Amino acid sequence: MAKVLMKGNEAIGAAAIEAGCKYFFGYPITPQSELPEYMAREMPKINGVFLQAESEIAAINMVYGAAGAGARVMTSSSSPGISLKQEGISYIAGAELPCLIVNIMRGGPGLGSIQPSQTDYFQATRGGGNGDYRLVVLAPANVQELVDLIIEGFDIADQYRNPVMILGDGMIGQMMEPVEFKKPKKRELPEKDWATTGTKGKRKPNIINSLYLAAEELEEHNKRLQEKYKAIKENEVKVESYNIEDADIVVAAYGTTSRIAKTAISQLEKEGYKVGLIRPISLWPFPYEEFNKISDKCKGVLTIEMNTGQMVDDVKIAVNGRFPVYFYGRTGGMVPTPNEIAEKVKESMEVKSNGCSI
Amino acid sequence: MAVVFEKTRGLTDVQTHYCPGCTHGIVHRLVAESLEELGVLDDTIGVAPVGCSVLAYKYFNCDMHEAAHGRAPAVATGIKRVHPDKFVFTYQGDGDLASIGTAEIVHAAHRGEKISTIFINNAIYGMTGGQMAPTTLVGQKATTAPYGRDEAHAGRPIRMAEMLATIHGAKFVERVAVNTPANVRKAKKAIKRCFETQINGEGFGIVEVLSTCPTNWGYTPEEALKWLEENMIPYYPLGNFRTPEEVE
Ligand SMILES: Cc1ncc(C[n+]2csc(CCOP(=O)(O)OP(=O)(O)O)c2C)c(N)n1
Ligand code: SF4
Ligand SMILES: [Mg+2]
Repeated sequence: MAKVLMKGNEAIGAAAIEAGCKYFFGYPITPQSELPEYMAREMPKINGVFLQAESEIAAINMVYGAAGAGARVMTSSSSPGISLKQEGISYIAGAELPCLIVNIMRGGPGLGSIQPSQTDYFQATRGGGNGDYRLVVLAPANVQELVDLIIEGFDIADQYRNPVMILGDGMIGQMMEPVEFKKPKKRELPEKDWATTGTKGKRKPNIINSLYLAAEELEEHNKRLQEKYKAIKENEVKVESYNIEDADIVVAAYGTTSRIAKTAISQLEKEGYKVGLIRPISLWPFPYEEFNKISDKCKGVLTIEMNTGQMVDDVKIAVNGRFPVYFYGRTGGMVPTPNEIAEKVKESMEVKSNGCSI
Repeated sequence: MAVVFEKTRGLTDVQTHYCPGCTHGIVHRLVAESLEELGVLDDTIGVAPVGCSVLAYKYFNCDMHEAAHGRAPAVATGIKRVHPDKFVFTYQGDGDLASIGTAEIVHAAHRGEKISTIFINNAIYGMTGGQMAPTTLVGQKATTAPYGRDEAHAGRPIRMAEMLATIHGAKFVERVAVNTPANVRKAKKAIKRCFETQINGEGFGIVEVLSTCPTNWGYTPEEALKWLEENMIPYYPLGNFRTPEEVE
């Protein structure tokens, strides 16, 4: 298929439709409104449903109903709206239903700003709703990858009966890039024989539920969930890394921040520095093991984020004391420049021992 | 031998957990019988609430989906949009529907969502131990209104049927009670008519059922029925507020 030039937010919609998603429930919020607007235009053409809900709470509960009914379904929002969806996300995870949730993050806390940010890393990877659950969290760095992850995300959701979140920032939503819609790798997807479709008098009722009143039963359920999460950790880690076996310092960054970091790294290379990069694509499961490949001569790992330091916690777990871990972040919609990052890399290399690791 | 009575196929054989004299059980049976008699049981997906009827998914003999507190109409919307040819109903209490879930019920009605709602108004939060509901009567005691509901502080009880009847998309709205055999028969008729509103593709329907909670009201089952008649019916008049024929 030929490449087409698309804006990130619209490419999400096109990719979802390509993946066979026929149901979209959402509520307007900047900077992702082009997506519901796209769906409002396109869904009727394929006999699908776009429905503007009365709130994000209602939208995610419509997703909960539609996913229980066996449909490929999605919703999208931005940070404050994603906060409202947490109740529903927890129920969907508890009831083990597949769906896709897109968060095009903006600055926070509270109403924050409408500028790009990566401020919801904790909420996405730790679970902003109640209970011991995990989302598969995928963080694209360009529009092509966004499209690929949306298409694959639906399959991952179906394979594991688990909600998948695409975590992007305002920049990727607004970015125009050429994209191509490719078939994802083939997966064995289980039959949705658990869905609420009416018994037709031919089977026992199907029940979609996350309630287990007996403590033993809930513990069993939680153990089963953990088994599933273990399988996801084993099979679904996605990471890009570069030059880490030979680096004097490694930068860790995800999403659009990683693109800026790459520009900084090529600048530094010209100046003779050996800088590696680890770019987690799956934020959960986090690519902890990738950090073991960093050579012993490395002087430290510098995490760059558009927040005040969230992924850096996972980087520290991954590094496990082998090197000092440094952090540089901009917030509120401020985007770090390649020069700023290059300066921070140089500063970090000058720090002796564990001096100013955070 | 001639069969004179059979339990409806619309209910499973699971024993319910409701307190003795609680009218949730009566309403379950009316709903189940209606589904069976209208021939939709095997094509039905029910949505259970959070409240005393949280385990309704074990009692109705059809596909069921357990919603979060108050969100049943949104969940039902998702299901119905995926399966427009199936019958979808919600069963909700007054805390669920008239407090935490007001936005969801109002907008399901407002969209004219082709679902049916059974709304159990027992003027109390039964499940959590008798706290004040938006429907608790003025002067009525609740654990969070220990001196009785004070209108100046908590407002007057909300009349959901009247309010929903002002919404164009709500095509069938009726309030019934299940305190006497005659009223139970009327309730069944209303539930069937409400369900037909969906089956005929006419739009959203709701039946508000005045119901008892002897446990949290602190009455015997019989006293509770009497209290309902003497206190609830005067404030919550029974009757039809909307039928599809009335909406142009
Ligand atoms: C988000 C949330 N808030 C509060 C509760 C606690 N809770 C469970 S049931 C209920 C009230 C139920 O009352 P009602 O809907 O009137 O049903 P009834 O038990 O009277 O039939 C409450 C407040 C909850 N489960 N979830
Ligand atoms: S607490 Fe009240 S509403 Fe709940 S089952 Fe008992 S009597 Fe019924
Ligand atoms: Mg109640």
